[in-house]
Amino acid sequence: MTDYLDTRGRIFDIQRYSIHDGIGIRTIVFLKGCALRCRWCCNPESQSYEIETMTQNGRPKTCGQDVTVREVMETVKRDMPYYSRSDGGLTLSGGESLLQPEFATALLMAGKDLGVNTAMESMGFAEYSTIEKLLPYLDTYLMDIKHMDAAKHKQWCGKENTLMIENAMKIAKSGQTQLIIRVPVIPGFNDTESEIAAIARYTSSLPGVAQIHLLPYHNFGEGKYTGLGRPYPMGNASRPTDEKMQRLKAAAERGTGLYCQIGG
Amino acid sequence: MTNFDSTPVEKSERITRLVAHLFEKMPEIEAARAELITESYKNSEGLPETMRKALAFDHILENLPIIIRPEELIVGSTTIAPRGCQTYPEFSYDWLEAEFDTVEHRSADPFYISDETKKRLLAVNPYWKGKTTSELARSYMAPETLRAMEHNFFTPGNYYYNGVGHVNVHYDRVINEGLSGIIAQTAGALGRLCPGDPEYGTKRRFLEAVIISCNAVIKYARRYSELAKQEASKESNIGRKNELLRIAEVCSHVPEKPARNFWEACQAFWFVQQTMQIESSGHSISPGRFDQYMYPYYESDIRSGAMTREQAQELIDCVWVKLNDLNKCRDALSAEGFAGYSLFQNLIVGGQTSDGRDATNDLSFMCLDATKHVFLPQPSISIRVWNGSPQELLIRAAEVTRTGIGFPAYYNDEIIIPSMQNRGIPLEEARNYCIIGCVEPHVPGKEDGWHDAAFFNMVRPLEMVFSNGYDKGEEASIHTGDIEGFSSYEEFKAAYKKQMEYNIRLLVNADNSIDRAHMERSPLPFESALIDDCIERGMPLQSGGAHYNFTGPQGFGIANVADSLYTVKKLVFEEKRFTLSELKKAMEMNFGKGFDSITAQETAQQVAKAVAAAGEDVTPDLIEETIRTVLTMELPAEEKARYEEIWQLIDDLPKYGNDVDEVDTIAREAAHFYTQPLPAYKNPRGGIFQAGLYPVSANVPLGAQTGATPDGRLAHMPVADGVSPTNGKDLHGPTASCNSVAKLDHGDASNGTLFNMKMHPTAMSGERGLENFVSLVRGYFDQMGMHMQFNVVDKETLLDAQVHPEKYKGLVVRVAGYSALFTTLSKSLQDDIIRRTAQGQYR
Repeated sequence: MTDYLDTRGRIFDIQRYSIHDGIGIRTIVFLKGCALRCRWCCNPESQSYEIETMTQNGRPKTCGQDVTVREVMETVKRDMPYYSRSDGGLTLSGGESLLQPEFATALLMAGKDLGVNTAMESMGFAEYSTIEKLLPYLDTYLMDIKHMDAAKHKQWCGKENTLMIENAMKIAKSGQTQLIIRVPVIPGFNDTESEIAAIARYTSSLPGVAQIHLLPYHNFGEGKYTGLGRPYPMGNASRPTDEKMQRLKAAAERGTGLYCQIGG
Repeated sequence: MTNFDSTPVEKSERITRLVAHLFEKMPEIEAARAELITESYKNSEGLPETMRKALAFDHILENLPIIIRPEELIVGSTTIAPRGCQTYPEFSYDWLEAEFDTVEHRSADPFYISDETKKRLLAVNPYWKGKTTSELARSYMAPETLRAMEHNFFTPGNYYYNGVGHVNVHYDRVINEGLSGIIAQTAGALGRLCPGDPEYGTKRRFLEAVIISCNAVIKYARRYSELAKQEASKESNIGRKNELLRIAEVCSHVPEKPARNFWEACQAFWFVQQTMQIESSGHSISPGRFDQYMYPYYESDIRSGAMTREQAQELIDCVWVKLNDLNKCRDALSAEGFAGYSLFQNLIVGGQTSDGRDATNDLSFMCLDATKHVFLPQPSISIRVWNGSPQELLIRAAEVTRTGIGFPAYYNDEIIIPSMQNRGIPLEEARNYCIIGCVEPHVPGKEDGWHDAAFFNMVRPLEMVFSNGYDKGEEASIHTGDIEGFSSYEEFKAAYKKQMEYNIRLLVNADNSIDRAHMERSPLPFESALIDDCIERGMPLQSGGAHYNFTGPQGFGIANVADSLYTVKKLVFEEKRFTLSELKKAMEMNFGKGFDSITAQETAQQVAKAVAAAGEDVTPDLIEETIRTVLTMELPAEEKARYEEIWQLIDDLPKYGNDVDEVDTIAREAAHFYTQPLPAYKNPRGGIFQAGLYPVSANVPLGAQTGATPDGRLAHMPVADGVSPTNGKDLHGPTASCNSVAKLDHGDASNGTLFNMKMHPTAMSGERGLENFVSLVRGYFDQMGMHMQFNVVDKETLLDAQVHPEKYKGLVVRVAGYSALFTTLSKSLQDDIIRRTAQGQYR
């Protein structure tokens, strides 16, 4: 038997003073490897599990590092004073954290050892039995639902959405965590009132779910594609206007009773 | 439990117009005060210095032209032109004469000066030749001190050329008891003087001078009362007529008698604040805990219904406008060091009462709102934060911060109070602290802190380690051995420590010489009257009459020193990537990144000196040729590549500001090299030295006098400000940056530390943005950080403001311990502010 603090996993970044993902001041641990290949992904270096080299500011940067939970927590712990003042804590992001389930669970347990708030950004792309194991240690599940249409989902993200949609319901029904649905608003993919309204309707059917967040598309990740020697799949798509976001927010709230927030 | 009403009150239209009037034209220099003090001094030769000051003060206040500006409620202007300034030849004057033709067009803080004013000043200035404080101070300094100053190790320019200021006085006593109360106390002390007392004569003349000075201010107020009456008689608008009559009544009553209401309390406050700055040119005369001493008058007027909250807010806003009406012209170099026309009148809200309860009241909120309404650099508004501070007050403060004005500055009671106790201040008085100027903790009404006593560049002694004490071909400091002989990091560090200790001793010598000169030539009876225990001891503040006496010179450049020491430790001695000699050469060659015009000029000067020493002629051609050679010099490719490689190795090292314990521990030690030796030294007023760690804005001009450093900083670039990490080198966000800074021993820097942080507006948006911001401040303070201040503005805005200054006239940014109008700052300081890392720009 090994101490869960010695569980190893692969990350590509740790970002401190994150204030847009979950409540309070947080530290985000980015786990490497993803099951989807969303065209708009702003962290393309997160997708492959393999350790890669990305050119940044003209110099090579290694993306991917194998670490133990203990090592990660040494950094996480450094911001304890800020977590306790803001009710913040640890957030897992990716990639898809559920592709490294033991590591993700151990990180969340370590977060609970510190007594801080825990959150995870994830699409829920795993068997529910895997997800179930980490729910006891997770305060907030920030779950992406990108589209209700399976075919379109597959076309833009590489996989169908069926498993994730089902998992959302199971997670909600478990009552073990606060579930918040997040929707990246992507030009040409889901940026119509009807598509957003469809996601909102499903969200409102999830028991106990009160919030939906609409995250407007941005192209800040474009330079990373260049750095990885890959073409940028979104071309020159532009960020949705504020007016458009307001319309979509209204569409999400109409008749659903949900609280809708623009941005994380 | 909350016992305050925090409801915001709208800004009145009057305030917009008062502000517009203030900024109608460029600030102007006036000659009236210089003429009046000279007149008086000519007639008082032979009298004791205290008496001469009092007679001069009386003469000035009796004859200085007065004006009530349109729509003012609080009156009292030192100059006829808005935001103008008087001159103070008794401290120094030759710099102004030398700059007569440039002062209007210089980059930092330009002032208009008319030909007539120049003529008037030239007529009176010669009287002061040989009589100024600066000349006397210079004559008191050790030869090696003068040499160290020539070589820019430190500059005590502040008090060397000007009055001291930097106090908080008993505004409360003037408001509550009136100057008549102070006069009665002084008369009592006079009556108790014992003829057998060896100091009888000086005490008596000083106390008489106090009474003359207090009466001078009372008479000055009456002149305003008369003027208001006259203007009222000519005023056709009934509303304004009534206001003028009210002003006449107020000024006939205060500051002589105790204030009867909030308006009178505001006016009494203002006469004290204004006339103290006529008595001497000292800046940073700080209102301190305005929300505390004004509250009883506010509370009683609100309760009785004599005044609405709207009226109270308007009066406070009027006081804020007046604080911007005062101005000061400094010499060109100091103007860069204190850029932004700032007088650093620090006013602080919140915190604790002297018995340890939360001090927040309605006025705490209204003062913050006044800053939002007036939106000008004065007062330097600050907030005290402790574990019992109401979240609501901090959120309101964060809202002000979010406007981008750079206010308020946040101060941590939990470390400042113990640090003051450690210097011998009892708990109750420490709990009542206020802040002077930029960041300096102070006991209200009881202290002469001589804060801001000098700027000490901690990087220069490091240069001296490499040069073994030589600078520009001269012996400028002690010899600590040839670096080639150093076999360990410890030896290198010990050499730095020695260089520091030596130059700190000279800094003390400079400050004490100036202190002594002020004691002898510039006792200030009015200021002394308002600080305990000058009256009871019969001693001016400048002779040590205050209850507490300190001297607080400030060091800066910790980040550069820490990162430099780490370079030497890691790359020279541990990894042996290059030798100290190689590093020295790389620094001399500016890491192969070319030379700037400063290096070219310096080289030309040295060549000229060598040529002259050889008995040959120095021709302009030779100078020009040398400059051209240096500027266009190309190093051999291989050599250049090696220097660049060295620079890259250094750049790749972790730096202070990233929460890396190994580096931060060195930073803590580096700060101690400055803070620890100082308290062993005494000043002539019977107090000790205590260190501050803040630069005002001197890190830019003094950086321009400092060569390349082992942290990879290129020659003549700004040195890091205060305790902040080097601009652009803190890469792990604000919490990591805060953690690094919190690892310094702030408690030992009891004259204040200054931490600048730049926030991107997106990091503070929304209610949650404010909440998280407050948590960041609290988290830093939980780790015993002392002070924090913020610029919330995006880089694009600042860059645009450089190109289109006309569009950004009102853009206020945080410079150091104060905010200033961005467009009035010099280009190099603007660039420095732009380079400060913007935190939170993630999404």
